[in-house]
Amino acid sequence: MMSCKKATHLLSQQLDRPLDAAERVALRFHLMMCTGCTNFSKNMSFLRTVCARAGGKS
Amino acid sequence: MNPSRPLSDSQGDAAHAFLDGVALTALRRDMLRFAQLQLRNRDAAEDVVQEALAAALAARDRFEQRATFKTWVFSILKNKIIDSLRDGWHTRRIEPLSAEDEHDFDGLFNAKERWQKQELPANWGDPERAAENQQFWAVFEICIQRMPDATARVFAMREFLGFEVAEICKEVGITSSNCWVILHRARMILRLCLQQRWFGEENSR
Repeated sequence: MMSCKKATHLLSQQLDRPLDAAERVALRFHLMMCTGCTNFSKNMSFLRTVCARAGGKS
Repeated sequence: MNPSRPLSDSQGDAAHAFLDGVALTALRRDMLRFAQLQLRNRDAAEDVVQEALAAALAARDRFEQRATFKTWVFSILKNKIIDSLRDGWHTRRIEPLSAEDEHDFDGLFNAKERWQKQELPANWGDPERAAENQQFWAVFEICIQRMPDATARVFAMREFLGFEVAEICKEVGITSSNCWVILHRARMILRLCLQQRWFGEENSR
């Protein structure tokens, strides 16, 4: 299984580039098993949302 | 331009008349915060906010709907910030990250590269709720300040100014993969800082 460290890289990168099919499958599988990375993924969405709010989007 | 100069009386009157019920103070506060996050300098931030407000007021006839006013003013502000950042790029080059920088977050993971128990990311809940809290923004700003300058600039271009990675690479002369590493690092710093200084504190309140 993919490591949590590798998963955090992909969870960040998916905000910047489309992941390829193999990456998506491996990541989805990892997230099913890992609460920490699932929360990390939500943290990434949280950051993106608040950054947009800082930029005047309401 | 005097950085701390408030709007002149005539500008201020025009702004108040135009903004009507909308609080100009709140708009200015949000604009200043946004500019300061990126320029990391109060005086420079005051300058671009002043310029953006003046430009918006000069062209205010084109805008009737208050709902779009904030978005519009912020789009002007973003352009002012980009100009200001560009001025600095020639003197402060962004160096590719070394492999060593990659090890900064090793402490979060065990030997198998899984989360250490005490470092497991928590669920932060609703971002909109945090965004309504002015104290959250104070902590957010402190956390952005923790990023090294070059990292913060790349992060700002991506998340605050909405550049695509390809555009950032072209602007600052780095490769895509280096850009992804820098952005990842920025998010790791910001996440860890918010976890410790906001969500950790919040749970203990």
